[in-house]
Amino acid sequence: MKEEIIIAGFGGQGVLSMGKILAYSGLMQGKEVTWMPAYGPEQRGGTANVTVILSDEKISSPILNSYDTAIILNQQSLDKFEKTVKPGGTLIYDPYGITTEPTRTDINIHKINAMDACIEMNAAKSFNMILLGGFLKIRPIVELENVLKGLKKTLPERHHHLIPMNEAALKKGMEIIK
Amino acid sequence: MALEDIIKPENLVYKKPDIMNDNPMHYCPGCSHGVVHKLIAEVIEEMGLVEDTIGVTPVGCAVFAYNYIDIDWEEAAHGRAPALATAIKRLRPNKLVFTYQGDGDLAAIGTAETIHACNRGESIAIIFINNGIYGMTGGQMAPTTIEGMKTATCPYGRDVKLNGYPLKITNQLKDLEGTRYVTRQSVQTAAAVRKTKKAIRKAFENCMDGKGGANVVEVVSTCSSGWKLTPEKANKWMEENMFPQYPLGDLIDKDANQ
Amino acid sequence: MSEEVRLMKGNEAIAHAAIRCGCDGYFGYPITPQSEVMETLMEVEPWKETGMVVLQAESEVSSINMVYGGAATGKKVMTSSSSPGVSLMQEGISYLAGAELPALIVNVMRGGPGLGTIQPSQSDYFQTTKGGGHGDYRLIALAPASVQEMADFVGLAFDLAFKYRNPAIILADGVIGQMMEKVVLPDYKPRRTDEEVEKQCPWAATGRKMSRKNNIITSLELKPEVMEQNNLRFQAKYKTIEENEVRYEEILCDDAEYLLVAFGCSARICQKACEMARAEGIKLGLLRPITLWPFPTKVIAQYANKVKAMLSVELNAGQMVEDVRLAVNGKVPVEHYGRLGGIVFTPDEIVNAVKTKLM
Repeated sequence: MKEEIIIAGFGGQGVLSMGKILAYSGLMQGKEVTWMPAYGPEQRGGTANVTVILSDEKISSPILNSYDTAIILNQQSLDKFEKTVKPGGTLIYDPYGITTEPTRTDINIHKINAMDACIEMNAAKSFNMILLGGFLKIRPIVELENVLKGLKKTLPERHHHLIPMNEAALKKGMEIIK
Repeated sequence: MALEDIIKPENLVYKKPDIMNDNPMHYCPGCSHGVVHKLIAEVIEEMGLVEDTIGVTPVGCAVFAYNYIDIDWEEAAHGRAPALATAIKRLRPNKLVFTYQGDGDLAAIGTAETIHACNRGESIAIIFINNGIYGMTGGQMAPTTIEGMKTATCPYGRDVKLNGYPLKITNQLKDLEGTRYVTRQSVQTAAAVRKTKKAIRKAFENCMDGKGGANVVEVVSTCSSGWKLTPEKANKWMEENMFPQYPLGDLIDKDANQ
Repeated sequence: MSEEVRLMKGNEAIAHAAIRCGCDGYFGYPITPQSEVMETLMEVEPWKETGMVVLQAESEVSSINMVYGGAATGKKVMTSSSSPGVSLMQEGISYLAGAELPALIVNVMRGGPGLGTIQPSQSDYFQTTKGGGHGDYRLIALAPASVQEMADFVGLAFDLAFKYRNPAIILADGVIGQMMEKVVLPDYKPRRTDEEVEKQCPWAATGRKMSRKNNIITSLELKPEVMEQNNLRFQAKYKTIEENEVRYEEILCDDAEYLLVAFGCSARICQKACEMARAEGIKLGLLRPITLWPFPTKVIAQYANKVKAMLSVELNAGQMVEDVRLAVNGKVPVEHYGRLGGIVFTPDEIVNAVKTKLM
């Protein structure tokens, strides 16, 4: 098993932390993992992306030109990364703020209204967990139990009371992804 | 008294410190470095710290201080002595750590290291020889060269419009919260030498009592070769021209104020 | 201490490994993309556990000179920075080499020249392996290609530095520094006691014991005939290092017809390129220098008898390729492929470069 993933959106949307939780989840499941951010001074408002690779075998390049899955959160990222999904691969996107829908027919495209859902849940900070839930529904590469373990590892102890909310968000994502 | 009586130990009235070796000094006649070296060696011996001292030499005339005092030394890059001393003291807090620096080293190229080591309150002593000139490289203008003073790079005298003002850096150092003892002394008379020795002793003692704080002993000095004056005239010139710019005395002594 | 697998950035691994290998002091100044090294140390506060000193200096100039000050007392000290900061340190590095002091410098490279960019690069290869500072000197240069190696090379670099009384450098890049991977940290090794330091480093300025001559740490020697002898001694030492400390990794090399030579993050990307090329039937291998100095000249010379051509793949305009060409000595074509200024190549670019430049 090997899953090469790009997560891309605006800074402040939780792109990097979602990648981190996914990477930790992989670690908990005994996978080899890499997490490579496009780092920079960009904070909220700029673009941000991270490449996460989970594999049963040792990972060679942390930097890729094509991906099994792209999780896309804004138009710029869709324009940039739709073409990099491998044929037969997966593209997951939140239509919020998307003006030009993806057009490829040789990949599996899934829509997830995570922004709407997190507003509805009154849990704006769970936005990225809803997305992660959606992703795991389509690509069940790590078990939910290990995601929760990964969450525990990434969240500082003082935020551990937020884990149930995050779990709810993960499940919500699994429900609403189309 | 016969010669054999004179050299009897019980008739000894003065001897140089044991850690001052017999290497002939490269300093010019009349230079203040030799006197200050001897004072440092005396204080180290009197404090019983020969085995517990690490000195840092500068780039400048005193670069070879390590050839004359038999303690452990580190030779620093130009201006960086306070950075070395910072690390030495932090890694070996029980040692006496001091730097020996000239005006170019301390107040030009090493200004940042000087100010920040003092500002951090490092428990070190900085012995600062201020003779207003670069001796080692042949008498060029120093940051402390006084207005009108002639050097190889201001042959018509320091013009403040061209070169800025003499930097009275100890005046700034005394205002830093990290400094504990900042004093300005000289060594042109026996009385002055005694005062300077007391100042060095105080600075070294401060380094060893665990209370922290940086200590700076500026010694306003002559450079007969660079100033192109006989040693005697150089002393006089210093008193008449340097002292008004660099008045002697303690600039701050935080222990005295308590 | 049991082997605990953790996920962390390369920069964080450097910090944790430093604490665990008994480092006595870290002196640094913040610069992207390596600031996590000092941030991690300040968060962990190792002075409470091991007594390790951590200090934020006023500049890189100061931090490298703090390293000099500490190393001269026999302590295990280090600094880290990124390209522009390491340029500022060059004077101090030359002094460390001239005074024969063991110390560790970590450079997490970013694109230059000048202030450049904060994105990954490998354009400090020349600076690291050919000097950078003044004078005839060498740094033992290790190039990690994973977070695990970031952790492992801290202890190794210190060991080599003390073995040869010579500064060592870990030459990493923004990818290896910023990326998170699994890592098993080295076991805790206590800091050496003062007695152990004095035994290991009888040359150090530790306070003169009356039983010995005073120790003077200096790189100054005004008599040229003595300075020449000093230099000859350094050169003899460098030759010993060249004979004993070359490290490299061969990946898919056995049947290779074409050979990539790459270090650090480039080697990781090249590894993927090899896999992709082989899927197309191109027998592509990778030789990864782990020590950039001493350079694996001999093994590359041997491959010059086996492969049809080599491609030196670097995030620069062609630096290591010069050493590859020297090793190959004209036997087979040696080409260079690079991206500049913080752009990182993707594996397919390298496969294309193999096809267009070598085949």
